[in-house]
Amino acid sequence: MTLNDVLTRLNSLFGHQKSGATAKERLRLVLMSDHLSLAPDMIEAMKRDLVEVVSRYVEVDRDKIEVRFEHQDSVFAMLANVPIISVNRTPAPPTGTPRRRRRRRRTAEQNGQAPQSTINPAPAT
Amino acid sequence: MLPLRQPFDVAQSPAAVPVNLGRAIVITSGKGGVGKTTTTANLGTALAKRGANVALVDADVGLRNLDILLGLESRVRYHLLDVLEEKAELDDALVRDKHCPNLYLLAAAQAREKDEVDTESMRELIEELRERFEYVLIDCPAGIEMGFTNAVVGAQEAIVVCTPEVSAVRDVDRVVGLLGNAFAPKLIINRVRPHLVRKGKMLSVEDVNSILRLPLLGVIADEPEVIVSTNKGEPIALRTDSQTAKAYHSIAARIAGEDVAAPMVEYKETFMDKLGSLLGGRR
Repeated sequence: MTLNDVLTRLNSLFGHQKSGATAKERLRLVLMSDHLSLAPDMIEAMKRDLVEVVSRYVEVDRDKIEVRFEHQDSVFAMLANVPIISVNRTPAPPTGTPRRRRRRRRTAEQNGQAPQSTINPAPAT
Repeated sequence: MLPLRQPFDVAQSPAAVPVNLGRAIVITSGKGGVGKTTTTANLGTALAKRGANVALVDADVGLRNLDILLGLESRVRYHLLDVLEEKAELDDALVRDKHCPNLYLLAAAQAREKDEVDTESMRELIEELRERFEYVLIDCPAGIEMGFTNAVVGAQEAIVVCTPEVSAVRDVDRVVGLLGNAFAPKLIINRVRPHLVRKGKMLSVEDVNSILRLPLLGVIADEPEVIVSTNKGEPIALRTDSQTAKAYHSIAARIAGEDVAAPMVEYKETFMDKLGSLLGGRR
C-alpha cells in the first residue's frame, strides 16, 4: 500500500465526505424517486404482489393498504402499512414449487448476475 | 406525479431512412444553460470543417441565440416560422456561415412563441433539409413541452448535453426517458472542471455516466476560452490551437463514424490533494 492509498483510507475513516460524493448520493436517491413516480403501474403491481404474499399468512384489509416511498437520511425506503384483520393458524404454503427448491434457485440467482432493481431492497417497515 | 409519456414512435428509426437522406440530429438536455447551443454551433462548425454540408436549425423559438454564437445575427433576414408558414423560401432563410462555406443556419423566430410551430410542418421541413444536407443539427430549447416535441419530431438521432450537476443529470435522465429507444441518444458531458473533480468537489464523468449509462461521445472542459469565443461570435472549433477545439473535432469525427477515442479531461487526485483534505477535512 502506498502512502497515497493510506491517505485515501484515512480520509474516509475520518468521514470527510466531499461535496462531489454528496452530489452523487443525492442524485442516486432523487432518480429512484423520479423513476417510481413515473411508473405508477409498477407500484400498483408491486402492491398487488405484496398483498398476495402477506395474505398467505394473515388476512389483510385490502382497501386500507398504504404504500409510500420516503427519503430517510441516506436511504430511499418503501413504507407499507398493511392492516391485519386476522391471523391464519396454519399458514398456506406458497403456491407452485416446493419451498426448498425455490430457495436454492434464489441463492443461485444471487450468486450470478442478479437483475438490477430500482428500489432499495434494504429497509421496510 | 407526472404521467409517463409515451416514447416517440419507433417507426422513425435510422434503419428506415433511405441512404441519400442526411442525418438529422437533435441536441437536447432538458435543463437550460448546459451548453446546447454552444455544442450545436461547435459541432456544426467541426462537421463542416470535415467537408460535410451542414444545416443548423435553431428550434428555440422566442429565444434565438444560435445566430449570436455563430456571429451571424446581422445576416438573418427570415426565420424558421417564415419558412414553416411559407412566407419565405427556404433558400432565402438559410444564412451561409462566415467561416465555413458549407455551413448554413436557419434561425429561430425571436418575436414568436414555441406553440406557434406546427409539428407536422416542422417534420416536413427537416426532411427537406435532409435531402440537401448531410447533417441537420437541431438546437432544442430547454424544457419538455411543445418546443421539445417540435425540435425532436424530424430527428432520427439525439445528442444529450449534460453538465456535472445533480439538476442537469436528473433532467437528462428524464429527457432520455421521453426519447425512448428510437433516437439512440449519445452523451456529451460539458463544463467539467478538472481541478474541482480532482478535489472531489464536482461529480466526475464516471459518476455522471454510472447513472445515465449512455454511449459517451466526449467530455468538454469548462475553459475561459469558450466564453471568449462566445463574446466574439466565433465558435471555438474554428481555432487550431485549443484543446477544447480539438475535443469538438474528435466528437465530430465520432459522429461521422470514425474510430477515434472520446475526448476526455484529465483529473487524478494527487498526493497533495489527499493530504490537504486529511488535514483540512473541508469540502
